Amino acid sequence: MKTIKVLGTGCAKCKSTIAAAEEAVRTTGADAQVIKVEDIQEMMKYNILTTPALVLDEVVMIKGRVPSIEEIAAMLR
Amino acid sequence: MFDWLDQLIALLVYDTIGLSSESRWGHALHFFFYDSIKILLLLFLIIFLMGIVNSYFPIDRIRAFLSRNKLYGAEYLLASTFGAITPFCSCSSVPLFIGFVKGGIPLGVTFAFLITSPLVNEVAIALFIGMFGLKTTLLYVGSGIVLGTLGGYVLGRLKLEPLLSDWTQGVMQQAQEEDAFNEGRRTFTQRLPEITREAFGIVKTVLLYVLIGIGIGAAMHGFIPTGFFEQYISKENPFAVPIAVILGVPMYSNAAGVLPIIQVMVQKGVPLGTAIAFMMAVVGLSLPEGTLLKKVMSWKLIAIFFGTITFLIIVSGYLFNLIL
Repeated sequence: MKTIKVLGTGCAKCKSTIAAAEEAVRTTGADAQVIKVEDIQEMMKYNILTTPALVLDEVVMIKGRVPSIEEIAAMLR
Repeated sequence: MFDWLDQLIALLVYDTIGLSSESRWGHALHFFFYDSIKILLLLFLIIFLMGIVNSYFPIDRIRAFLSRNKLYGAEYLLASTFGAITPFCSCSSVPLFIGFVKGGIPLGVTFAFLITSPLVNEVAIALFIGMFGLKTTLLYVGSGIVLGTLGGYVLGRLKLEPLLSDWTQGVMQQAQEEDAFNEGRRTFTQRLPEITREAFGIVKTVLLYVLIGIGIGAAMHGFIPTGFFEQYISKENPFAVPIAVILGVPMYSNAAGVLPIIQVMVQKGVPLGTAIAFMMAVVGLSLPEGTLLKKVMSWKLIAIFFGTITFLIIVSGYLFNLIL
């Protein structure tokens, strides 16, 4: 199973990223779970500078912007 | 630059809709359509251009650069300038702060970046050009950068490291040079779709604020008599600038919502310097950002940070009123 982590302190952009990730999982039917990471110390382990960031299986894929649903879906396939 | 648009809107409001160019409604409606379209065109253009710059100078590379080079004081100016060209959402301020500290960048330099970043951003620049012209825009951008540089320098000299939270101090002790994350080389045409999509996305998120701001501005434009504010806020009143700034600090809005209203206030008699100082306080300092920073520093340091910036904004308000 794949794990998608969305790193962000809870701002509007982070919420839309979570929504996009969940939607992408649903449309692709991929076996993946979406986890929200709001703790800053946890977040900094991924060495990011800007949020929201999207981490797929512990690899930072996107940082500082809201990805599109298709973009996340492409990663899951 | 926008004469054609002015005439086109006049044709629409006065001739097609049939409102008199003398009437208040006609005036307000013309102002609303003209300003909205002009601002939207400028917004898209500026955000797109900044998107190109950002694609080539991502924040990771800026951090790597600042962390590698010690530049005898020039790093404050550089960090502040970088802050002006990199947009980021205020919720990124904490990760950015920690990330900079982790890269071994001194606290003052980090502050210089943090001060200018919200103050000078692509949305503010586009709106400024549209409403006050190029000269005032350059003055605003220039003073924003100077403000960040000075603020960072002053805060750096105060030796505030003990006021950081324990966790941040721990991060600071393990600081090391951070390498830029290498994305590989991509051609301009490969970057273009992403930049365009980002630009559309940003315009879309600020659109509502801009329209509401211009709407309120248009109503004020049509219904408040010229010189109305002069009786309350004049250049001669020495307290106008500090009062405007102190009122602005707890208010939280983005440039998109505030600027259209400020433009009308200036037209109706508020001195430009006072208005700009007010805007800097609203956009540059926000209480939500302050509470976010609590995770990395003590309340005392947040108070010193806000106090220093407030003071510098007040000074620049007086300066603006002298120059403009």
